Amino acid sequence: MADEVRAREGDWVEVEVKLLDPADRSGNLPPETAEKPLMMWVKGFAEGEAALGEELTIETITGRKVTGALSAVNPGYYITYGDPIPELTHVGRDLRARLAAFRRSEAGLASGATAEGGER
Amino acid sequence: MATKFDAIMARRGEIMRKALGMDYSEFELSPISFDYERMMGAHGYSLDEIVAIQTRAGVGSTPLLELKNLTDLVRSVSEPGKGARIFVKDEAANLAGAFKDRRASVSIFVAREKGYEGVIAATSGNYGAAVASQAARNGLKCIIVQETFDSRHIGQPEIVEKGRICEAYGAEVVQLTVGPELFFHMVELLDVTGYFAASLYSSFGVSGIETLGLEIAREMEHLTGAFPTHVVITHAGGGNTTGTARGLERAGATDTQIVSASVDLSGLHMASDVDFNRKSFTTGHTGFGVPFATWPDRADVPRNAARPLRYIDRYLTVTQGEVFYITEAMAKLEGLERGPAGNTAMTAAVSLARDLPRDATVVVQETEYTGAGKHHWSQLNFAKEMGVEVRAGNPEENAPGKVIVVPEGVEQVRAKDFDVARMRRSYIRNALKNAPEGYAPTSDDVEFLAADTKSDPETVQATLAELREA
Repeated sequence: MADEVRAREGDWVEVEVKLLDPADRSGNLPPETAEKPLMMWVKGFAEGEAALGEELTIETITGRKVTGALSAVNPGYYITYGDPIPELTHVGRDLRARLAAFRRSEAGLASGATAEGGER
Repeated sequence: MATKFDAIMARRGEIMRKALGMDYSEFELSPISFDYERMMGAHGYSLDEIVAIQTRAGVGSTPLLELKNLTDLVRSVSEPGKGARIFVKDEAANLAGAFKDRRASVSIFVAREKGYEGVIAATSGNYGAAVASQAARNGLKCIIVQETFDSRHIGQPEIVEKGRICEAYGAEVVQLTVGPELFFHMVELLDVTGYFAASLYSSFGVSGIETLGLEIAREMEHLTGAFPTHVVITHAGGGNTTGTARGLERAGATDTQIVSASVDLSGLHMASDVDFNRKSFTTGHTGFGVPFATWPDRADVPRNAARPLRYIDRYLTVTQGEVFYITEAMAKLEGLERGPAGNTAMTAAVSLARDLPRDATVVVQETEYTGAGKHHWSQLNFAKEMGVEVRAGNPEENAPGKVIVVPEGVEQVRAKDFDVARMRRSYIRNALKNAPEGYAPTSDDVEFLAADTKSDPETVQATLAELREA
């Protein structure tokens, strides 16, 4: 079995807190939001030991104490760029060609000279 | 029974007064009107002093670039004699990567002057990075409260990136699921910490944007010998439009047309847990642009310094697919790889410039940084994962939350005019609705409403008469 994820005192962790039950939420919410609790996640240094899901108090970077359920130890960022977008891959090639053709035609209209690259 | 939410909201006025270090009641004139200019000037800093504050903060004096390739691309689809010159103010060159640094630099300066230990801002946008960066330079603690996740704990990648950058600058980032109660938690945090409320909508922040309009007027005069004929501004909460237009005015550019632009997200509910991750733009869209313009005082301050209808001449909307297309084009043709939300105005400018004479000058007044999460490829890949269809075609077939249509050619990039007269009427209706029932507007109120909607007393009177009949 894989090692259980545990936070030790001083570890950089994230806790999950239920801020508002559905019943305590603001009025005028669309139903899909109103039926869910308002949840919060905050990071800080663990003030004790806990396993994932267990209650833990943290000290945030500003020095606040927040108590919640341990949701991650050493939480990272997993945002990426991802794959090239097929609808966009040709845009640069096509627009550069269009620009060059336009400049050739403008130059032809003006003096018959050839337009240079990106300069006018 | 009073909930925890109600209890905090009942004390909201008292908590905000302490956290803003300013009593807004002294500007109130009637249940409808207040002295806007006196509120804007109450901080006591001249425009020159604000420039000096920003220079010390590493903010402002960003490059103004002429986009000759984009201009010629537009001319390639324009009628003969048409195709205005396009310029951009590269605001991504600010310290934390966006024009929001101008707002934050003044707010954080004020917070330090007033002796606060820290600052709090509720923002899922670039403003968080700006506040965190300026707080770091000034040795202040900083808490940023963000709406980041849907109820499945799936984060909008752009907001996750903004959380990362705030943490990189040493801020505590409080991340919430979808809902307007974000404001409730911010007020709770202000109460507990005693920190300064670095509101996006305070006069400090909005005054900080005036330098952007000032720089554009001066730099265009230097570059072309005249003020720009048009300035196009990405519009969300209204601060960008308000501050830029005020700065242009203060520089003497009173004939410059103020064109605001937003991404069309019509049909998506901003408080919906489901719609939240079905949009690719977290700012610069109509979901903020329309409600904040038609009722600015819905903001987290008693009176919003951002009052865009005072300045807007035209309001254009563009689609998500069009902005992604122009974002890609900007990188490939102009060597400017910038964030999509900041390119909203650029997309509107491409359409606008096409219909203007060649000697007209169109300035797009901002760009923003980009990167993993914010990048247009990240957003499109995420949209696909969330079940939104992405395809090439005619942007007319765009359907927010369902289909993103990427144009097949630049000729398909066409902004749409949003009815500004209707927004003005809607603002007046909201002003009446928020006054005590049966309150009859005085002639001073009519003057105020006319100024607040860039209109005239006769038009306001006619609207009031219409509303009475309805």
